[in-house]
Amino acid sequence: MPIRDRKSGNAAVAYAMRQINPDVVGAFPITPSTEIPEYFSKYVADGEVDTEFIAVESEHSAMSTCIGASAAGARAMTATSSAGLAYMWELLYIAASCRLPITMCVVNRSLSGPININNDHSDSMGARDSGWIQIYSETNQEVYDNFIQGVVIAERTRIPVMICQDGFITSHGVSNIELIEDFLVKNFVGEYEPDNYLLKHENPLAVGPYGISPYYMEIKREQAQAMKDSMPVILDVGREFNAMTGRKYRFFEEYMMDDADVAIVVMGSSAGTGKEAVDRLRAEGKRVGLIKLRVFRPFPRRPLAAAMCKVKAVAIMDKAESFSNSGGPLFSEARSSLYDLPYKPYAINYIYGLGGRDIRVEDFYDIFKDLYVICENDDPGDVYRYLGVRDSRYINEEQRMIYEEYHPGAARVYGKDKEAYEV
Amino acid sequence: MCNVNNMVEFRWHGRGGQGAKTACLFLAEAAFNSGKDVQGFPEYGPERMGAPITAYNRISDSHCKVHSNIYFPDYVVVVDDTLLKTVNVTKGLSEDGALIINTHKTADEIRKELNGRYNGRICTVNAEKISLETLGKYFPNTPMLAAAVKVSHVIETEQFIRDMEESFKKKFPTKPRLVEGNMNAIRKTLEEFEVE
Repeated sequence: MPIRDRKSGNAAVAYAMRQINPDVVGAFPITPSTEIPEYFSKYVADGEVDTEFIAVESEHSAMSTCIGASAAGARAMTATSSAGLAYMWELLYIAASCRLPITMCVVNRSLSGPININNDHSDSMGARDSGWIQIYSETNQEVYDNFIQGVVIAERTRIPVMICQDGFITSHGVSNIELIEDFLVKNFVGEYEPDNYLLKHENPLAVGPYGISPYYMEIKREQAQAMKDSMPVILDVGREFNAMTGRKYRFFEEYMMDDADVAIVVMGSSAGTGKEAVDRLRAEGKRVGLIKLRVFRPFPRRPLAAAMCKVKAVAIMDKAESFSNSGGPLFSEARSSLYDLPYKPYAINYIYGLGGRDIRVEDFYDIFKDLYVICENDDPGDVYRYLGVRDSRYINEEQRMIYEEYHPGAARVYGKDKEAYEV
Repeated sequence: MCNVNNMVEFRWHGRGGQGAKTACLFLAEAAFNSGKDVQGFPEYGPERMGAPITAYNRISDSHCKVHSNIYFPDYVVVVDDTLLKTVNVTKGLSEDGALIINTHKTADEIRKELNGRYNGRICTVNAEKISLETLGKYFPNTPMLAAAVKVSHVIETEQFIRDMEESFKKKFPTKPRLVEGNMNAIRKTLEEFEVE
């Protein structure tokens, strides 16, 4: 029987860790993830788990601890945020390239400066190329569910997994949650029995050797292959989890997309607020939809492109700035996934919610309004935009005008031929 | 406002150290125990004792998807009346709801101080007096929690009293005097506090 409870996202992750009972947890506190090792250390002190809890002196050491433990054949996990994740940087790459299945909860928070402790995705987005699987969560329920699945995904793929949740918004917000009984969770994650590990008596293994040029690139190629091969595993684990709980987990969730004209692509807690906007606009007869991306690494290029193609225009939302002068990280990848398709929707980008800037239902109305204007004018305008900012929303307006001057009508090329390509 | 049945939204204003966040989480817990779907979340900033803080509750019969702050609350609870000078506590507050405020002053005096900014009900609680009488120390959050429950009717009073006793026992397992004191503070507030 599922257990009706109420917990903050942090308490839910610590509770999942208690149920999993890992061999080693190495952690260092940093807001807003601090509560996870704090609550978990209480389970350790109370004898509810027999984990080796190592209170290290920095995040660099926290990840080193997990790497050492995981290489030795132990199930290891940790949690961090913001500058803590940044301080783990070099170790993230080591963990991934050594194929060590560590599970880490990243409680998303901005990176300074200016100094800020609130939520955005700049910490985990910065770590997107480190070779870790990245899964984002909308609610406390999802971060709990994702964390349990993350352990299994990591161990089956031998790729470390980051389970991300929005700092303060879900990490410190208490709300209803359906917990899974201990024996079911233990059964779901099973015992960790790696085939090969550093301290295997019969066949000891070297971990983390120097990769000279004749070998380094092949190792990277294998990592890339493993990332691709993790995709069916993520779906399998989601299906098994669905059989246990009835809750569905895939690469992304499509909300009211079947007959939608326009849609928003978004990750994390803001997806809930966006769904509320969809509900209310649907009640007014507007055919709007939302895609909530759950798995950012590996990037589900083809299925996401297919889902976005259902509509005439999409707004892709980034809670991180990448200073590329062409949009945020999710936008770059989602938009690029459309390139090979004969018909593509207009795709615009919104940078939003940086450093804890609140996003309201009304903000989503504005975005849907913009999308309808784009459809009407058959012109995306400037694709790189800011939401909820006091300064101008457009970064490239001037550039666009110069471009228009030299290539009159060029921005409308897609629009003209779109009918012909309609699927 | 969230598009679900019987949604009630609260905004708490307090100062760091007064327990507004704790009261907000207790309200979420009590409403959860009565079968509701709840959200209880603080708004974090640079934290220090005495700095203005805000916390929020959404309480409803079905799941609320919204994860933003609350801009149009049904009820505002002010744990420290000196905040009236610096924070626009009634901003967006529903005229059908109420302002619940910890103060020595009367509702009329508070209404004058608000200078026409709010025309709904104003409920005053002398939480300092209640707290000193029952706990011997100034912890305004427990009386304010009881007042919020009484004004808003989000939870049955009897059930609220039972639930809070459980919650306090859990929070102070080795301090039975604190459990008793807080329970007395709740009962006293529920008895003495007149809803306008």
